[in-house]
Amino acid sequence: MREEILTTVRANPKVDPHVATWGWQVIADLFLVGLTAGALIFTALVILGRREDQYGFTARRLPLVGLISIGLAMTFLFLKLTHKIVFWRFFGDFVPTAVMSWGAWLLQLVIAAILLLTLQGLRSGYPGLAGPLEKFRIGTLALNFAERYRRAVAWAGVVLGVIIAFYTGTMMSSLDARPFGSSGLMAPLFLASGLATAAAVVMIGTRSAEERLLFSRILFGAMAFKVLLLALTLASLANGSRVQIESVQMVFGGDYTRLFWLFFVIPGLLVPLVIEALRLRGKRSGWMIASPVLAIYGAYMLRQLVIEIGQVSGYVHYVNTYNPALLDLLR
Amino acid sequence: MIRYAMVIDTKLCIGCGDCVVACKTENKVPAGLNRDWVVEATTGTYPDLKTEFRSERCNHCTKPTCLYACPTGATYRWAGTNIVLVDPDKCTGCGACIAACPYDARFVMPEGYVSKCTFCHHRVDKGLDPACVSSCPTRCMHFGVLNDPNSKVSKLLASRPHKALLTETGNEPQVYYLI
Repeated sequence: MREEILTTVRANPKVDPHVATWGWQVIADLFLVGLTAGALIFTALVILGRREDQYGFTARRLPLVGLISIGLAMTFLFLKLTHKIVFWRFFGDFVPTAVMSWGAWLLQLVIAAILLLTLQGLRSGYPGLAGPLEKFRIGTLALNFAERYRRAVAWAGVVLGVIIAFYTGTMMSSLDARPFGSSGLMAPLFLASGLATAAAVVMIGTRSAEERLLFSRILFGAMAFKVLLLALTLASLANGSRVQIESVQMVFGGDYTRLFWLFFVIPGLLVPLVIEALRLRGKRSGWMIASPVLAIYGAYMLRQLVIEIGQVSGYVHYVNTYNPALLDLLR
Repeated sequence: MIRYAMVIDTKLCIGCGDCVVACKTENKVPAGLNRDWVVEATTGTYPDLKTEFRSERCNHCTKPTCLYACPTGATYRWAGTNIVLVDPDKCTGCGACIAACPYDARFVMPEGYVSKCTFCHHRVDKGLDPACVSSCPTRCMHFGVLNDPNSKVSKLLASRPHKALLTETGNEPQVYYLI
């Protein structure tokens, strides 16, 4: 028997009873950055493959979704900061050992790339937006510049998209103190998730049956890869250190079992996988729109659970009987 | 690097909590927040039980994952020592260090920046011991420079069995417990 009890008060907010410093803002940020990464990669690949006319939504309309997505992600990240007045310090230094520092700088390049890819497709994808922009000389210059150099930007976009998607997974895997997320497989898992999210957005947004079919195949592949990587991640944790084994037990009989399997794995991974398999076998039906919607839901839930369970898992678990409400009674 | 260490004799610690009160008083830690705490650890099977009191805090590791995780350089080592501090003017409150610390030693101040035990570096700078060490009624807490083989802490560690917490993380904590 081993029991460790706090005999003095320790009720540090967002640390006790377990670490909860990263909330919905970080979860939403990682989800939206993943979507942006996927949008960046797909748009870039379509441009590099010279298939803009064949896959018009991906080439011309998806980048704006990515741009809005990254804008929201940055907003949520800013909202998470508890000392916002010095937020600019992220760009005052580069700390090579800090994954978040890498992310802060890389995201600026990602924003530039997705902005340029948005501009290159604005005239044909969103003529209603391009028109007002072209009333200004600088707007016309920007559109012309983006269209002229779109292949070069696309090359950069593929690389940046992969790196930034990896970054979202590496954020968790770099934290050894949070065993559940501390797996090297987090990076490719989050990349596959980002690709699946962007593919789902294309399937929902496009009016082209050919484009929808292509991204159905991509979604199926990405989802299958996600399932495989998730299984391998759980297996590696189950064969890891004591704290990793304890962390994975939270989803195998522990407090997060129901949430993990009934609200994530089944609806967010397996159901869309089955639906896409049926679609690829030729079945067509209106209700199949549920698949990309559930894929997007599953991508968000993946980040929710990795962040939440990752923070709950840890090396120290003291029995803490202190009731913070007592402090209010004393005041 | 000058390596400061704290050595706590678990055979003498009675879990009175004076160290916790001294820390809050010395460092004006806001109500509801704690830089240090006392843990009562019971092991064994009844009736063969052992109890150990541990006064815990930031371990001022020589390989601090919190410092490595900080994206703004707000977490830094003080004056060429292993004492890890946080610069409030650089800390954005992103929480990376809180997530990176295996000891859950950090917390967010009401002003928004992260704080934790500082080994009372302002007292160390004047040649004094941290407040918790000075206040201990059983004198079970010791503080000093481990680089000096003649320091009290070096001699204690050389002469008594001891342990540190969570050494498997690779952080190399510098708070030791005599067992």
